[in-house]
Amino acid sequence: MAVRALVTGAVLYCVAVLGQLVAVVALVGTVLSSVLGLVFLFPSVVRLTRRMTRLNRRLAHEWSGVEIDEPYLPEPPPPVPLPDGWYRDGRSLYRTPRIPAFNRRLSWLLKDPATWRDFGFLWADMWAGGLVAGAPAILVVIGVVQLAGGGLIGLLWLALALGAARWYAPWAVRTYGVIARVMLGSTEKARLAQQVNRLAKARTDVVDSQAAELRRIERDLHDGAQARLVAVGMTIGAAEELMESDPVAAKALLAKARDASSTALQELRQLVRGIHPPVLAERGLGDALRALALDTPLRTHVTVELPGRLDAPLESAAYFAVSELLTNVVRHSGATQAWIDVSSAADKLRITVTDDGHGGADASRGTGLAGIERRLGAFDGVLALNSPVGGPTTAVIELPRALQIERPPLTWKTVTMGICWSLCWIPLFPQGFVAMILKLVGLKEKSWFLALHMPPSLQWPTIIGMILLGTGMLATAATLSAQLRKANEVACA
Amino acid sequence: MRVVIAEDLHLLREGLVHLLRAHGLDVVAAVDSGPELLEALVTERPDVAVVDVRLPPTFTDEGLQAALAARKRVPGLPVLVLSQHVEQLYARELLADGSGGIGYLLKDRVFNGEQFIDAVRRVAAGGTAMDPEVIAKLLASNARNEPVGRLTPREREVLELMAEGRSNAAIGQRLFLSESAVGKHTANIFAKLDLAPSDDDNRRVLAVLAFLNDK
Repeated sequence: MAVRALVTGAVLYCVAVLGQLVAVVALVGTVLSSVLGLVFLFPSVVRLTRRMTRLNRRLAHEWSGVEIDEPYLPEPPPPVPLPDGWYRDGRSLYRTPRIPAFNRRLSWLLKDPATWRDFGFLWADMWAGGLVAGAPAILVVIGVVQLAGGGLIGLLWLALALGAARWYAPWAVRTYGVIARVMLGSTEKARLAQQVNRLAKARTDVVDSQAAELRRIERDLHDGAQARLVAVGMTIGAAEELMESDPVAAKALLAKARDASSTALQELRQLVRGIHPPVLAERGLGDALRALALDTPLRTHVTVELPGRLDAPLESAAYFAVSELLTNVVRHSGATQAWIDVSSAADKLRITVTDDGHGGADASRGTGLAGIERRLGAFDGVLALNSPVGGPTTAVIELPRALQIERPPLTWKTVTMGICWSLCWIPLFPQGFVAMILKLVGLKEKSWFLALHMPPSLQWPTIIGMILLGTGMLATAATLSAQLRKANEVACA
Repeated sequence: MRVVIAEDLHLLREGLVHLLRAHGLDVVAAVDSGPELLEALVTERPDVAVVDVRLPPTFTDEGLQAALAARKRVPGLPVLVLSQHVEQLYARELLADGSGGIGYLLKDRVFNGEQFIDAVRRVAAGGTAMDPEVIAKLLASNARNEPVGRLTPREREVLELMAEGRSNAAIGQRLFLSESAVGKHTANIFAKLDLAPSDDDNRRVLAVLAFLNDK
């Protein structure tokens, strides 16, 4: 574990050094393109930096477990020719789309703040995240170099490195991810802009489909239950008139009215099921899906792991999405079994529908899947379909922020805790204990130990002060951690 | 026969009380919420309870939960559950303890007073009364089930009526068959489904339902 963290840190540092090189190249490229007017270089420069930061994001995700979205603005659409076949860009007209397309691309890259933040990250990584993660590995290198040079002090460095690898390195790799997210992730502004675009589209879709749905319900009621109830009323009226003159006929009419009311109820039941299934209202998503599975003419296995009930609209969207998927399975897949799995990770809801059919489903064909996507889109949900020819087909629905989980806000407490945890080792070990040992042994080596550079009368007070400072920071960090954990537990309970 | 009724719609509750009284049943309590129902079932110990699934205060499956809870405390307490919709899931839960004395019908079945009262009496006697719609759904989801597919159309009809909880005599009357002919069909059905034959009507019905539920 420690060794792995050590190696991971070393690799992260190497990547940071590589990033530094890329940053230098990028700087040169940018200067050339802005000062000397070699603009055509700029897109290549940006492509290079993006490739580099993509690597950083991937490593942060795989090793630090921190997911970082790509913050870039969407690529501009290709230029559309005017009716006469020319392309317009500002006040100029062009015969081919090449220059307008390049101009659009250039302004897309220049205006995207993420481009400049990428540059900034590559310059900073070697001195920030990379250094934090690579510190233990750097200590090892220093130790080995010192040992090789015959300095016994190298042993101390190595010991320090081992300690750091054991206790500090795993934390440092995680911290790398956090730092990378701050610098490489979307800014709040970019994220919000993207979300506004998506939501505006989703809202239009939802309003449209809701209006269509209401029209359908109105038509069903008008032609179905309403018409039947009118008939029931008329039949009862006729029976009333016949009651005295022909009781037998009246009785027959009443029986007819009763049957008609039964049919009306039947239709209303169907309608209600399509609007909001009763089991969903009564029991929530888990049991509604179990009921759905029972009504499906396939052997359907349902596993549901949910901490509680979801919001009603979301529950309904998830239910109808699964219902539509199951209908597709029954109709098209030729499957004999299906599996529905509902689980949650943090505040995300994930539903997987799998079947053992022959696969080959295509999301771009058919309106059913588009309908599901539209329904889910209103909740920022997505549908991923994997259906190789020959099967099996797996559909995954993901709904973010489906479950209510309180995230601890970034307060001065968490910040202080982070600083204390990350820096307490410096006064405690190298500046405190290590300096103390050197002082006791009486070596002449001064290295970067502050106390040994002091006048002799101040050396011991400095050492003790450092140890106290380190211990104090450690204690503060531990206390704050415990407090936050307790607060979390209370929030969860 | 002592009956407890739980139904939150005033008109329907009064209608049920009238219907049951008109057929000589004794309605000892007519309540309109889940907690009251549980209280009435445990203190009154009626011969049968007629319960609406959806009741206040939560308007979810309050009535069903109260009925299941009461059956836990008073094993075998006969309960006839009424609902605007029928679900296999709820039927399973009601039948889960395997002790009979369970009815699960659509509210529309009240329209036919005679048949409804018949169902109430059957449940009170420890039998079952399953809505034809539940049985239809059960059979539909068993459609690809090998043994069910081997039944003849006539045997399927008999199976449907048997699963609803009817006796051989009642099935014979319904299908215009002699009781012995029905007996022959049931024996065939049991052989094809690989179930142990039984002369006891109730146990037979429960075996069939258990088979169909075990999809």
